[in-house]
Amino acid sequence: MIQTFAFCLFAAVVILSGALTILSRNPVHSVLWLILAFFNAAGLMVLVGAEFIAMLLVIVYVGAVAVLFLFVVMMLDIDFAELRSGFVRYGFFGLLIALILAGELIIATGAWSAGAIELANRTAPISADLSNIEAMGALIYSKYLYVFEAAGLVLLVALIGAIVLTHRERRDVRPQNISEQVKRRPQDAVRNINQPIGQGVDL
Amino acid sequence: MTFTQWFQSWGGEAFGWFLATTVLILMIALPLMLAVAMIIYADRKIWAAMALRRGPNVVGPFGLLQSFADGLKVMLQETIIPSAANRGLFLLAPIITFTVALIVWAVIPFGPGMVLADINVGLLYLLAASSLGVYGVIISGWASNSKYPFYSALRAAAQMVSYEVSIGFVLISVVLWADSFNLSTIVLAQKAHVFGFLNGFGFNPLLFPMAVVFLISALAETARAPFDLTEAESELVAGYQTEYSSMSFALFWLGEYANVILMCALNAILFWGGWLPPIDWAPLYAVPGIIWFFAKILIFFFIFSWIKATVPRFRYDQLMRLGWKIFLPLSLIWVFLVSGYLMLTRYGA
Repeated sequence: MIQTFAFCLFAAVVILSGALTILSRNPVHSVLWLILAFFNAAGLMVLVGAEFIAMLLVIVYVGAVAVLFLFVVMMLDIDFAELRSGFVRYGFFGLLIALILAGELIIATGAWSAGAIELANRTAPISADLSNIEAMGALIYSKYLYVFEAAGLVLLVALIGAIVLTHRERRDVRPQNISEQVKRRPQDAVRNINQPIGQGVDL
Repeated sequence: MTFTQWFQSWGGEAFGWFLATTVLILMIALPLMLAVAMIIYADRKIWAAMALRRGPNVVGPFGLLQSFADGLKVMLQETIIPSAANRGLFLLAPIITFTVALIVWAVIPFGPGMVLADINVGLLYLLAASSLGVYGVIISGWASNSKYPFYSALRAAAQMVSYEVSIGFVLISVVLWADSFNLSTIVLAQKAHVFGFLNGFGFNPLLFPMAVVFLISALAETARAPFDLTEAESELVAGYQTEYSSMSFALFWLGEYANVILMCALNAILFWGGWLPPIDWAPLYAVPGIIWFFAKILIFFFIFSWIKATVPRFRYDQLMRLGWKIFLPLSLIWVFLVSGYLMLTRYGA
């Protein structure tokens, strides 16, 4: 009973906050609703017993990705009139994407009800006494090792790509050389001289 | 018969569990609030002593009741909401900070078996909950609609996200050694860890550098001096709290100190044996584990205060440099070293 209640609660909040993400007028509110949706999706993950995925969802999406989202959106100079002016221009593409998504949803539901994928035939059933992390680790690092490594490579390429795209070399600034500063001693920088009166200082 | 079972024996399965958990939560949260009040007093006293001042010494004996007087004062003040602020989010921000600072304590083991939620992914839960803390700061900075809080929020967001990365890698090397994400198991894995009688990963030469990195990252994560750039008073008035007053300000204050105590507790649990005595010697176990744990927390809090009183504030580019160019590569190399060592010794080459 309590599971059903918790599922309904989390699912309803996910759908509601998802809807509010696209309906709210202020982009910052949109991102905050999105964060609430992520958070409740993590709750759903806990309900199906995937606590590791739930924690990763919160750490990665809520704790890092959404922070950067918020970071960028907060700094936008929001002009609400301009936001609404693009409605007709983007309306067509929006409709197209909505249609594609709806089609995919219908196909997925159809396939599910047709029973195309037999859950009993899963390639790697998890034994109940293993904890989430152990079960995933045992699979990822044995059976799916190469796929996992490939995913890592894709991420690495994306990382390098992001750095290359945003990096610009500036020659007009002088960066701080920390080790040079630390190595500097008083005798390198300070001089004690007995200056005769009436003569300029030799610099 | 455990505490929960006793409640369930007369309250029924579900209701008894609910009652027992509520009572347990209160048993953690209320002493925590008291501890925060006393630790603020201790912080001010230590800071004053290092600056050759007296510190709070008027309210109550030795000024012990100063924090309570401050709390009472804050409660009686008017809550001021700036007219240009985003009202809902402005009030939500301190609530988020305070709530997140409290929920983290659910997985902290105070002694053998003395933990509210003994979950498998305890350490990940900690990481997840502490990464939520940044939202209180960001939202308050944006919702205040004022430039200094906004700068502070931007600084805080970048700072916390940066240092979480190296904290994550430090945690990975501890998890590799303890072979578990469960905090109680991590504590027990440290029993007689070094030379067969020293309790604590920190005594292990391979993990000691990570203990130092964790301590410094903890300072940055909680925005304590010397990394308190989010509330650098010479540049940003009071940072993200500038527009706050009365209880909404107090919630930030309490949440901040609860987080500081949490980081001290984490230092104790991850590297210095948690509730275990420092030496694996039978008479030392006569002292209850919770006392060892609190003693370790207090030692780390003293170190935090000591640093606050002595070290000047970092510049922001130096802070970022330390996080990304020194701690991140160092902790990454250490994950490599630790896992390599364990592969050789524990799992066989």
